[in-house]
Amino acid sequence: MGTGTGIGRVRGLGSAKQGAHHWLAQRYTAVGNLLLVLWLLFSLLSLPGLDYESVVNWIANPFVAVPMMLMLVSIFYHLRLGMQTMLEDYVHDKGLSFFSVLLLNFYAIGGAAAGIFAIAKIAFTGIVK
Amino acid sequence: MARTTSRPLSPHLTIWKWGPHMAVSIIHRVTGNGLATVGALGLLWWLMAAAIGSDAYALFVKCATSPIGYLVMIGLSWFFFQHLCSGLRHFVLDIGAGYELKANKSWSIATFIVALLLTGFMWLYIFGKAL
Repeated sequence: MGTGTGIGRVRGLGSAKQGAHHWLAQRYTAVGNLLLVLWLLFSLLSLPGLDYESVVNWIANPFVAVPMMLMLVSIFYHLRLGMQTMLEDYVHDKGLSFFSVLLLNFYAIGGAAAGIFAIAKIAFTGIVK
Repeated sequence: MARTTSRPLSPHLTIWKWGPHMAVSIIHRVTGNGLATVGALGLLWWLMAAAIGSDAYALFVKCATSPIGYLVMIGLSWFFFQHLCSGLRHFVLDIGAGYELKANKSWSIATFIVALLLTGFMWLYIFGKAL
């Protein structure tokens, strides 16, 4: 393994000097998920009904739509970091590893965008007849 | 990975005696990746269905309240509570506490018990309300 020499880093064997950021962001988003997903669970359990109209009217409230959007950012950021660690551990082939992290980035950013779009549509258009 | 067969391997998973701390570690990874795939896609399906309209939402509800749907939701809720409990355990380990053998073992076992209890109580509440 490269121990921090210049050529070692060029070959991708040394420290990328980004570990601490990854680690901290994983913790920040973990706290975000802890608060926001528990909020979602308790809210769903206390809603009078989970039929289409009750759910849409509930999400359309700005005090629900905004935390729900934040929850999606936190969830998809957290899962991106976590799945990246899993891929780095188990996908040994360099090319395949690069490709799988690429797909993971598409999934995480695309998923968050899709979820936020859905919430925005519900908030702005409400019940679709 | 290529290796020289004439050289001995360092100790691998198969020769370690399994303990709760190893189980909680691998389960943290399994539950995390389960939630990241099935859980996140389920959440997106629910939101997208609500955004598209009542027909799409009715289809979601039909699938989610089928026997398989309930099995997936119960499984995901257990995954969530297990990942939450072992995540909280990680926060404790992050501050440098809980590494003593006995404490480490008992907190590892506690994550499983608390997660199962939380899952059980939540579904008892849901099914109790439905009756």
